[in-house]
Amino acid sequence: MPNLKDLKNRIESVKSTRKITKAMQMVAAAKLRRAQESAEASRPYAERFNAVMAGLAASVGGSDSAPKLLRGTGSDDVHLLVVMTAERGLCGGFNSSIAKLARVKAEELRLKGKTVKVLTVGKKGRDALKRDLGDLFVGHVDLSEVKRLGYTNAQDIAKDVLSRFDGGEFDVATIFYSKFVNVVTQIPTAQQVIPASFEDTEGDDSGAVFDYEPSEEAILADLLPKGVATAVFSALLENGASEQGARMSAMDNATRNAGEMIDKLTIQFNRSRQAVITNELIEIISGAEAL
Amino acid sequence: MANTMQFDLVSPERSLASLEATAVQIPGADGDMTAMPDHAPTITTLRPGLLKVEAPEGSSEYLVTGGFAQINGDGLSVLAEKAIPVAEVTRAHLDQLIEDARASHEAAKGGDDQTIVDDAAKLLADMEALGSHMSL
Repeated sequence: MPNLKDLKNRIESVKSTRKITKAMQMVAAAKLRRAQESAEASRPYAERFNAVMAGLAASVGGSDSAPKLLRGTGSDDVHLLVVMTAERGLCGGFNSSIAKLARVKAEELRLKGKTVKVLTVGKKGRDALKRDLGDLFVGHVDLSEVKRLGYTNAQDIAKDVLSRFDGGEFDVATIFYSKFVNVVTQIPTAQQVIPASFEDTEGDDSGAVFDYEPSEEAILADLLPKGVATAVFSALLENGASEQGARMSAMDNATRNAGEMIDKLTIQFNRSRQAVITNELIEIISGAEAL
Repeated sequence: MANTMQFDLVSPERSLASLEATAVQIPGADGDMTAMPDHAPTITTLRPGLLKVEAPEGSSEYLVTGGFAQINGDGLSVLAEKAIPVAEVTRAHLDQLIEDARASHEAAKGGDDQTIVDDAAKLLADMEALGSHMSL
């Protein structure tokens, strides 16, 4: 049986762990609210943008003059996987589930004989994939210095991806991120951004015939790169909210576990103390009787 | 005929304005245009410039860069990559725009397409004029 001193030390250490996880949970809750707000604020832009692009893509797409970003390069031999994860750990299965999805996809593509390239955003994903896919890494975007995600961050990533596309480095680009549903549910998602596909979420504009200024093709060519940035931006924001949500529930669990452990240890401590006292009493009494 | 139309100005990070407007002047890629209620449905891309909104409650101005405007029967949505109310525009914002314009002008000079060079030069001049217009 561990002695009283050891038990006391353990209780103290678990108590301080609980304090830390509790604090992290509260910080995550505050950050989650902010992340959710910015994710919501960005939604109108993304929705309208996609609605217009869907209309444009439907009318121009299919023709040979359609921009490469919409039509694709004509082959799908080289795939670029953009894996977006968090910069920090201690957020439950958040990072590993995105990494797992990317790993499965990469494996699937490799079995089909395609070439896979990986661009990582966020340190944790890079660490998680280094062992299996390390030789496929083509780049890394570090966001650890970024305090508040802005559209410019997304633009930088999009610019990087687009310049690689223009350089003929890949044919198909897919981004991996985690979609935020609620605090306990985040869905790892793969979304293809090049060649672009748009879902018409509004669908009410289909009837209207628009004048285009300049031409439809010129507008499309101008907007498609922005579409990549928009998709990356929404993904970054969803990821931000998911990360905080995942951390919050992970830390909530940890706090609860620490509490249970403290209770258990305290009971054990009290029992041992009682045993020690009883022992001492018996010794005193039997000592007195012997006299 | 309706006197006002729904006007929305959104940037990727937030929605800046949603109100009833009587007329909106848009810095279109092919030149400025003013949208009023019952304008023909149009989609145009934007060049960096000033967006002027006239509403019954008063008018307001925004500095917008890149993006597009969608005019349909019942309203106008402007999706700008960056949009800042003119009152909040600082010299630093403008310097950034001038810098971008200058960079694209320099880049265009290398090519042999004269219209692109001219466009870039025009944009650069516009941006510099904008600075003096807003007396920054």
